[in-house]
Amino acid sequence: MFELNGVTKRFAGHPALGPMTLTIPTGKTTVLIGPSGCGKSTLLRLLIGLIVPDNGTVSFADQPVTLATAQSVRRRTGYVIQDGGLFPHLSARGNVALLARHLGWPDTKIESRIAELAALTRFPTEGLERYPHQLSGGQRQRVGLMRALMLDPDALLLDEPLGALDPLVRAELQDDLRTIFQSLRKTVVLVTHDLGEAAFFADRIVLLKDGAIVQEGAPADLWHRPADPFVTRFVQAQRGPQIPAEAA
Amino acid sequence: MKRFLLLASLVFSLSGCTEKKPDQPTVAIGAKKFTESFLLAEMGANLSRQSGVVAERKDLGSTPTLWIALTQGDIDVYPEYTGTITRQILKDDPPDLAAALAVHGVRMSKSLGFRNNYALGMRKDVAAARGIRTISDLRNHPDLRLRFIDEFLDRPDGWPGLKRAYNLPQQDVKGMNHTLAYAGLVEQSLDLTEVYTTDGEILQHDLIVLEDDRKFFPDYETVWLYRADMQQRLPTVVAQLRLLEGRISDREMQEMNTRVQQRKDKESDVAGEFLTAKAIGGAPPADDTLAWRLWITTVEHLKLVVPSLLAALLVSVPLGILASRRMRLGQVVLATTGVLQTIPSLALLLFLMPLTKWLLGSGIGAPTAIAALFLYSLLPIVRNTYAGLMGIAPSLGESAEALGLTRWAILWRVELPLAAPTILAGVKTAAVINVGTATLGGFIGAGGYGRPILRGIDKYDLPMMLEGAIPAALMAILVEGIFGMVERAIARRRG
Repeated sequence: MFELNGVTKRFAGHPALGPMTLTIPTGKTTVLIGPSGCGKSTLLRLLIGLIVPDNGTVSFADQPVTLATAQSVRRRTGYVIQDGGLFPHLSARGNVALLARHLGWPDTKIESRIAELAALTRFPTEGLERYPHQLSGGQRQRVGLMRALMLDPDALLLDEPLGALDPLVRAELQDDLRTIFQSLRKTVVLVTHDLGEAAFFADRIVLLKDGAIVQEGAPADLWHRPADPFVTRFVQAQRGPQIPAEAA
Repeated sequence: MKRFLLLASLVFSLSGCTEKKPDQPTVAIGAKKFTESFLLAEMGANLSRQSGVVAERKDLGSTPTLWIALTQGDIDVYPEYTGTITRQILKDDPPDLAAALAVHGVRMSKSLGFRNNYALGMRKDVAAARGIRTISDLRNHPDLRLRFIDEFLDRPDGWPGLKRAYNLPQQDVKGMNHTLAYAGLVEQSLDLTEVYTTDGEILQHDLIVLEDDRKFFPDYETVWLYRADMQQRLPTVVAQLRLLEGRISDREMQEMNTRVQQRKDKESDVAGEFLTAKAIGGAPPADDTLAWRLWITTVEHLKLVVPSLLAALLVSVPLGILASRRMRLGQVVLATTGVLQTIPSLALLLFLMPLTKWLLGSGIGAPTAIAALFLYSLLPIVRNTYAGLMGIAPSLGESAEALGLTRWAILWRVELPLAAPTILAGVKTAAVINVGTATLGGFIGAGGYGRPILRGIDKYDLPMMLEGAIPAALMAILVEGIFGMVERAIARRRG
């Protein structure tokens, strides 16, 4: 679905990414993971032309992503950021319907699509009239997802979508998200720094460090066939709960 | 925005009732901001009306303003003093004054009879005790305390020239406000000040005017200055105005000034009675009520505030948007509107007079005031639009972009609504400043609450001042309140 070919990006003279060549397979869930500043969010932004590469090319469905084509790429791609990125001046419904209204969809079509999405994301219908500050973090994220899916895009990009949620809400949303990904069979690119979350979602994991790919493959590859010591350290740094043994 | 338009249309529809009939010839009569000038202008208006024309009174600030307005054709006629014409307007003492004025397309009537000369005044008892009758007598009293207005202290034909001409020895010479100097003279905290020979205070406080025995002070004969084209356009009006030539004595002018200054009689009444007594004028126009005057000044004031604010809104918001998009240009825009804000309002009005004359055909009245108010309203709105747009969280901007909205759609559907509360706060600031500043419209005949305020200050007539000041304050509070309500309504929705 997306292809990067020899892409580099520098910010204020400092190299941020690349040179990178990467293919995001259609209909699969690809997780970008790595420590802070590894370039995973930069990569996500490059995919829909929010930033333009200094060298190399990015393409979407075999068409190059340029300033001229970025808008049509974005309309075929849903994008969700941490905390939903909802517009505070619009109700949940207003946020979800924003682009469709702008494109002149008839109201009945908008309404039926919203009802469909609310059911899919398990968002309560009565919450649609609320404004973002009246919603919980998890609900905001569901609205953000509805907004991203409104035009039934080919691909869905999520930048640390669950980063700001408490563990219980997070686990619940993880389950729901995975169900949605599996039922929609869309190309999904998800950015996270949590390896457990990555393994939970991923068909493929891409581990990044300092703007370069360290290893890419199935989740099991990272555990069983680490490409270098960094991968081993990264995997081991993710610790589960350590429960003290009960006294006999 | 809808409310604004509603208000604007309301104001304009209401104001229809104060407009004149368009086909009737009109004469615009100017006056300076002091009682005597007002009285003469009232007489001029009264006399003009008798020849069947509409007479408009335009109360303007100072000599330069009136001269510009007259030569530009904003006014047709105003009362002036010959000494001011030579010294302040022409800055020359030509042998043939009429010819020198004709160069500017201006004509001068014969003297209306009285002179309003500079002179020196003292308490009669103090002068008598020291045996002072003439200015020369002052030479023997070096201990006298002299207080003059600052302009008189500086002008070569004021104190410096007087001192030289009479070889005066006084050392205790300081600047002081004219009205305060009269009060000080009465309380004997000073001994002598400059007076104008028709000042009502001379009669009121029974002062002695020292004889100018060396003929130092020039004559300030009172005349009409009118546009030369009036002779063809409005010959009957010119004839009517000239009925006043030679008709008013020094004493009569003093008495009329006293009636207005002291007894707070209305100028139009005093002028009308005088003309009736001289059998050359009709009765003054029918009396008006306080409610009617408030209604008129309120409508006039809104006609300054609403259009200037709307125009500023239409210009400032795009400027603010531009400033937020182009950093370099943004700094220039913000600095420019900031500098506009620092120009003193009276100076700005004077700058704008020729400009609005050129653009709109009239250099005085509401258009000039509206232009000035427009310029003053720019900064708060531009700055807040800029701040509102720059303050939007980058993640929201990116979300809007990632949705695939066009740049215009992002601006219109996301950024401007997000910045709206800040922009609204800027409009509120501009509106409140605007309501207050619009009172300065009184200086250039734009009407509004400034008219009674300035007139009241000049006459020291407190009720008249309050007639403008209280409604102006109430309007400012009301504007603040209305905007506050809108702001709270928005805030409730967004949290």
